[in-house]
Amino acid sequence: MSSLQMPKIDSSILSKKDKIVSDIGRIVNSKNVLSHPDELRPFETDGLTAYRQMPLVVVMPETVEEVSNVLKYCNENKVKVVPRGAGTGLSGGSLPLEDCVLMAMGKFNKILEIDYENRCVVTQPCVTNLAITHAVQDKGFYYAPDPSSQIACSIGGNVAENSGGVHSLKYGATTNNLLGIEVVLMDGTITKFGGKAMDSEGYDFLGLMTGSEGLLGVITEVTVKILKSPEIVKAALIGFPTIEDAGNCVAEIIAEGCIPAGMEIMDKALTKATNDYSKAGYPTDAEAMMIVEFDGTEHEVEAYIEKAKQIAEKNNSSSLKVSKSNEERLKFWAGRKAAFPACGVLAPDYMCMDGSIPRGKLAEVLREITRLSKKYDLPVANAFHAGDGNLHPLIMFDANDKNSLKKCEEFGADILKYCVKVGGALTGEHGVGIEKRELMCEAFNDKDIQQQLTIKVALDPNSLLNPGKVYPILRKCAEEGRVHVHGGKTKFPDIPRF
Amino acid sequence: MEEKQNFQTSLDFNQNIFKPSTREEIVEIVRNCYKKSIPLEISGLQSKNKIGRNFQAEKTLDLSNYKGIIDYKPEELYIKVKAGTPISEIEEALKKNNQQLAFEPNDFGYLFSGESNSGSIGGVVACNFAGSRRFKVGSVRDHLLGFQGVNGKGETIKSGGTVVKNVTGYDLCKILSGSFGTLTILTEISIKVLPKPETSKTLIIKNPHVKKALDYLGQSLSSSTDPSGGVFYPDYFGKNFILNDLTHDGGLTGIRIEGPMNSVDQRIDRLSKELNLIDNEFSVLDSVQTEIFWNKTKNLEVFKNSKSNLIRIVVPISETLQVIQKLKKDDLNYFIDWGGNLIWMAFDHLNSKILAEIKEITKNHQGYYTLIKIEDDFKASADIFTIDPIKYKISEKIKKSFDPKRIFNPGKMYTGI
Repeated sequence: MSSLQMPKIDSSILSKKDKIVSDIGRIVNSKNVLSHPDELRPFETDGLTAYRQMPLVVVMPETVEEVSNVLKYCNENKVKVVPRGAGTGLSGGSLPLEDCVLMAMGKFNKILEIDYENRCVVTQPCVTNLAITHAVQDKGFYYAPDPSSQIACSIGGNVAENSGGVHSLKYGATTNNLLGIEVVLMDGTITKFGGKAMDSEGYDFLGLMTGSEGLLGVITEVTVKILKSPEIVKAALIGFPTIEDAGNCVAEIIAEGCIPAGMEIMDKALTKATNDYSKAGYPTDAEAMMIVEFDGTEHEVEAYIEKAKQIAEKNNSSSLKVSKSNEERLKFWAGRKAAFPACGVLAPDYMCMDGSIPRGKLAEVLREITRLSKKYDLPVANAFHAGDGNLHPLIMFDANDKNSLKKCEEFGADILKYCVKVGGALTGEHGVGIEKRELMCEAFNDKDIQQQLTIKVALDPNSLLNPGKVYPILRKCAEEGRVHVHGGKTKFPDIPRF
Repeated sequence: MEEKQNFQTSLDFNQNIFKPSTREEIVEIVRNCYKKSIPLEISGLQSKNKIGRNFQAEKTLDLSNYKGIIDYKPEELYIKVKAGTPISEIEEALKKNNQQLAFEPNDFGYLFSGESNSGSIGGVVACNFAGSRRFKVGSVRDHLLGFQGVNGKGETIKSGGTVVKNVTGYDLCKILSGSFGTLTILTEISIKVLPKPETSKTLIIKNPHVKKALDYLGQSLSSSTDPSGGVFYPDYFGKNFILNDLTHDGGLTGIRIEGPMNSVDQRIDRLSKELNLIDNEFSVLDSVQTEIFWNKTKNLEVFKNSKSNLIRIVVPISETLQVIQKLKKDDLNYFIDWGGNLIWMAFDHLNSKILAEIKEITKNHQGYYTLIKIEDDFKASADIFTIDPIKYKISEKIKKSFDPKRIFNPGKMYTGI
């Protein structure tokens, strides 16, 4: 494990392990308390595998009362608690602490109610994102946010991280698709924020909790809105001779009043890697390759595709193909979705960054990344959710070469700092967690961070719930780990990442 | 005297009304009030200042001079403005680029003063009231990308930014939206803007029955025709709409469809078939009439010059019928927006017994209410906003974390907050 400063270990808690295990074993079914190292091992890391730490004990509550009683117990006995959903997060939000109770929510895995009249689903938090869509698709509905890990990530985790996805430009991220949550605070208080009605009375605690990365409460129930599936979806695959042309095309499509369901750009390096890896059939001569997708009714989609075509041609597109069938559309996407694994064969390791930038700064940021690539002498490939300005540079390196790893980390930090400098954000959808914690001072000053910490203290005065995440412990802009993939093997190699 | 006040700078602390034009002045005023524990009423363009509880504030911080567009990037879909900027000025600027504030801010001017006053962007964010497109595009809070503000200690804080995808730290944009100026004084606001649809049309169904109307609305919102507005006006209010293609003056259900021209026609046609409407049962408003119709709706113009109290009730659509049946006296007193999820209901007279009943009914039906307009005699003692004891306790803590001495709009939302 890399040397990342975590909260001070309370040795008195370590020495009371047996008592804590037996106490918690009286609150929940004792079979649901794990304490043997062999049982703890699977929980030592999440999707950010560069960091590993065994927890003191794992508890798997089955009811909201159990969650409440465990938290109350831990609060009274000053035991740290780290909540965990499916453990697929990419920023280390569920990384355990040596002296923590890891609260694994895996037993909250049932959909509680499908309410078509109010167009919502009430579910327990460890139901996967995709399972919600699967539960309602026979009636022609779906749940809109679609993080690439949707096959495995939990809806509670989505709420904690405010997960996005390819379609968030048109449909928003988790926070815009959420109606209510039930949450347990560190002192054991059980409460509901929102519900089936829109907005809520008083302060918007639902909005505050969403994206709070498990620092403010443990989510025990989620109500999401579901949408009617669009009648038709079409995509265009467009090649451009320069990144600037592609960037201008994106800006103009938006300015023309078309809001695509998804708009993706890959640079030449990534296009080539993808073609070699998955025979995607992308145009290899193009410096930038774009997929733009529209959904809606037939006439609407036709009108937008036509407009996008005209704009692309005006911006010197070198090739343009519109999907003629759903199969062809999915083929366009198949290459894009294979882009990350494709990088895995180009180098022993790669790190996936997650910055957010104004769409119009794409060419500038990519030029800077190219400059940095030369400076650090490491190859890089770029994928970009162009519609909403979310950039995923993939830096290739060799982790066995310490110098290469160090250079990679510095390179990554420089990219994120540049994203902030051009008016963007440190993280678009992966969360801060421990991964970007030390970079928070790039985006916020002391007063900003202090205000956020004051909220934390208001709800968790002893700072016991997921401490050490999101906010810097030492104020230094360190170069910490990103999503690090070695030999093409991620923690969950079968989960798509794009 | 009035003119003299306008020239006062914030630096004269003997004044009761501060009218700062820079953030530095706002910071100085707040620091001073924090030091001396002087409560401040935060005020904008007076369009919604009557919403909320009565409270005592020694001084007023009037933000109407703190205005102007800081940065507008149509291709980046955002506009950054100072908090006191009038909504009308923002909408004017957006119109030039064929863009809009998709959440359709309500204009409460007609209700309170009989004429248009859509207020300032700061006020709109502070109240978080969205218009008819709410069920499709979200509320004001869903469009607030970032802010800069001054907390109760006089510290300048910020959160969010100008990009849509940003999960860096707690989402303070959400907690400040709808906080009625009780947590932080917003200074700069970055709001997401969206393209105006190429055209829009409205399917008007002649029908006086609320049950049938809710069926129409429910079916429409669950249809792939993707409506962006759904209202029901009972018989009495039908008269308020004098439009060429609105051929009767009774109760009506209006469903708005927006998008490219041929797509709108196709969807209107499909929707009328899905709802099994026969020819003389409906009419279609063109884009000009559609704009008039929905403006009147978002501006609550049917309650213009009304002396009644007005309550805003939000419930899930499955509960709307029962809530109306339990509360309504006649057709005079309500209409339905948000595709069935929002009831605007007027009461000639309110007292604590009636209000307790309304509270009980909305709560039992999984909703909540906000008292928008209320007779002066009753205002001092009425619960303007609902809250449960647990949320009250959490609200107290959150209030303290932003405004430890309770100097911003103290008591405007709840006693002690």
